[in-house]
Amino acid sequence: MSISVKNISKSFKKVTAVNDVSFEVKEGELFGLIGPDGAGKTTIFRMLTTLLIPENGSATVAGFDVVDDYKEIRNNVGYMPGKFSLYQDLTVEENLDFFATIFGTTIEENYELIKDIYVQIEPFKKRRAGKLSGGMKQKLALSCALIHKPKVLFLDEPTTGVDPVSRKEFWEMLKRLQQKGITILVSTPYMDEAALCDRIALIQDGKILQIDTPQEIIKHYPKKIYDVRADNMYRLIESLKSFEHHYSVYPFGEFVHYTDKRDDFNPQELQLYLEAKDHQNIKIEITTTTIEDTFMELAK
Amino acid sequence: MKNNNVIEVENLTKKFGDFTAVNSITFEVKKGEIFGFLGANGAGKTTAMKMLIGISKPTSGKAQVAGFDVFTHPEDIKKNIGYMSQKFALYDDLTVKENITFFGGIYGLSRAKIKEKRCELVEELGLKEIVNELVGSLPLGWKQKISFSIALLHSPTIVFLDEPTGGVDPITRRQFWEMIYKSANSGTTIFVTTHYMDEAEYCDRVSIMVDGKIEALDTPKKLKLQFKAATMDEVFLKLARSPSPTLPEEKGVNI
Repeated sequence: MSISVKNISKSFKKVTAVNDVSFEVKEGELFGLIGPDGAGKTTIFRMLTTLLIPENGSATVAGFDVVDDYKEIRNNVGYMPGKFSLYQDLTVEENLDFFATIFGTTIEENYELIKDIYVQIEPFKKRRAGKLSGGMKQKLALSCALIHKPKVLFLDEPTTGVDPVSRKEFWEMLKRLQQKGITILVSTPYMDEAALCDRIALIQDGKILQIDTPQEIIKHYPKKIYDVRADNMYRLIESLKSFEHHYSVYPFGEFVHYTDKRDDFNPQELQLYLEAKDHQNIKIEITTTTIEDTFMELAK
Repeated sequence: MKNNNVIEVENLTKKFGDFTAVNSITFEVKKGEIFGFLGANGAGKTTAMKMLIGISKPTSGKAQVAGFDVFTHPEDIKKNIGYMSQKFALYDDLTVKENITFFGGIYGLSRAKIKEKRCELVEELGLKEIVNELVGSLPLGWKQKISFSIALLHSPTIVFLDEPTGGVDPITRRQFWEMIYKSANSGTTIFVTTHYMDEAEYCDRVSIMVDGKIEALDTPKKLKLQFKAATMDEVFLKLARSPSPTLPEEKGVNI
C-alpha cells in the first residue's frame, strides 16, 4: 500500500475535523477525496504530510509512519497545498531551483518529469511568482511539488476556483503523471472530477461516507432518478416540492432531478400533476445517476 | 436607458498600459433577469465587473448600471446595487447579528428598518440558533447564504455575485440557487459569475468572455444549438479552450 490510514482523528477545540477515518491507496493509484469545504480534507492531507499529528489511529505513507518516520516521508512526498504557498518574491525559475536544492537535487536531474507542465510557464521564468495568473501559479506549484521525483503526490484542492477549461487541462496532466508511476491523492469539491479517479472516498463533516470506484458508488444509489423539465424552472421546483410523494428534488443543469418515495412510481401521474399546475412543455425522462446525486443522498 | 434594462454597456474597454483586459464589450441586462457572466480565469470578467460596480474607471465606452453612468455617478451605483464575492463576504470576528447591523448601517438603513430586516432574515434562513455565533465559526455554505441575504438588505435593483458557490457542498449550492430564483422572481436582477457549468444552465441568459471579448451571448438553450453541444460545459470548452501547447486534441480526458 502506498498510503494506509487506520482510524485517524483530529479535533480543534470543539470541532472534530477528522473523525475515525480509514482508507488505503494502492501504489500507482489516483485516489480522490471528494467533499465540500469544511469536510476535513485539508486536515487529512496535513496529517499525511506530517504537518499535523493525529490524535488517534495510525497512518503510513510510502511505507513510513507519519509520526515516527516523518523525515523520510518529507523526502518522499510532494505536497501542493490548497493555498498558494510558493515564494511570491522569487521568480518562477528561482522557486523551482530553491525546491530542487532543498531536496538535494537539480532541475536538470528530474526535468523529464515536469517537462510537460513546466514548458507552459517557461516563457515567464523571469517573472515573480506573485505576478503570475492563477493557472500559471498552479502549474508552478505542481512543478515544485514534483521536482524531487516523489513517490506519492498530495494535491489539496488543486482546481478550486479554476475555470472548466483549465480544470480539464489539469486533470490531463494528472493522468500523465499517474502513468509515470506516481501515486496521487487528490481532493476536490467538484463532483464531476470524481469520475476521473480510480477510486474515491466521499467525505463530509470529518467522516467518510463511502469508498469505492466511481462506477460502484453510482450503482449503489437506491432510487430511479427522473429528469424533469418545464418552461419556468423556479415554479417547477416549487411544484415538485409540494408533490406529496416526492423524495428528493434537486436542480441539475437544465433539468430537475426528481425521485419518488414509492417503488411503483408512474411518471404519467407526475405529468398530470404538473399539467394541472399549469406548467408548459413538460418533459419527464428516466436518467443516469451521477456522483453528485449519490453524494447528496449520503449527505442528507 | 430603456425602462426595463438595468445594465446597458456599449463598447466598454479597460486597458492597463498596453494590455487590453476588457476589449469593447456590448450587452444589456433586463430587469429581473438572471444573467450569467462566464469566462476562463484571466478572460477579463473581474475587470469588467469592477467597472460595472463603480470601483474601476473604464478607459473608453459607455455603461449605465441601475440608471447611473459609471463615469459620472459611480457613488450612486454603489448605493443602488448589492455585491457579494467569495473572497470577502462578511466579517469573521463579528456575529451574524452584528454583521447584519453593520452592513445595514453602511447602506444607511434606519435602526428600526435594520431590526425588521434582521427578523425577516432570521426567520427565512432559520438562523435563530446561530444569530449570536461568530461568522468565522460557520460552514462556508451558511456564510454564503447569509452574505447573499445581506447583499439584498437595502433592496437593490441588481445584485452582483462573484463566484458565490465555489467550494460549497452540492446541497447548499442548490439551496443557494433557489434563493437566487426567488429574488429574481420578485424582480431583483441577478448578475452572476460561476465555474460550475450546471449553474450556467440556471441562468436566463449567459455571456462567455474570451480574451477580453464577449464571444457568445444568448439563452443556454440557444447557445447549445449554436455550438451543437449537449451541455453548457461543452459550449464553454469549445469556445474558451485555448489550444494546449503540449497536448494533442484526441488525448483529452472527459470531465
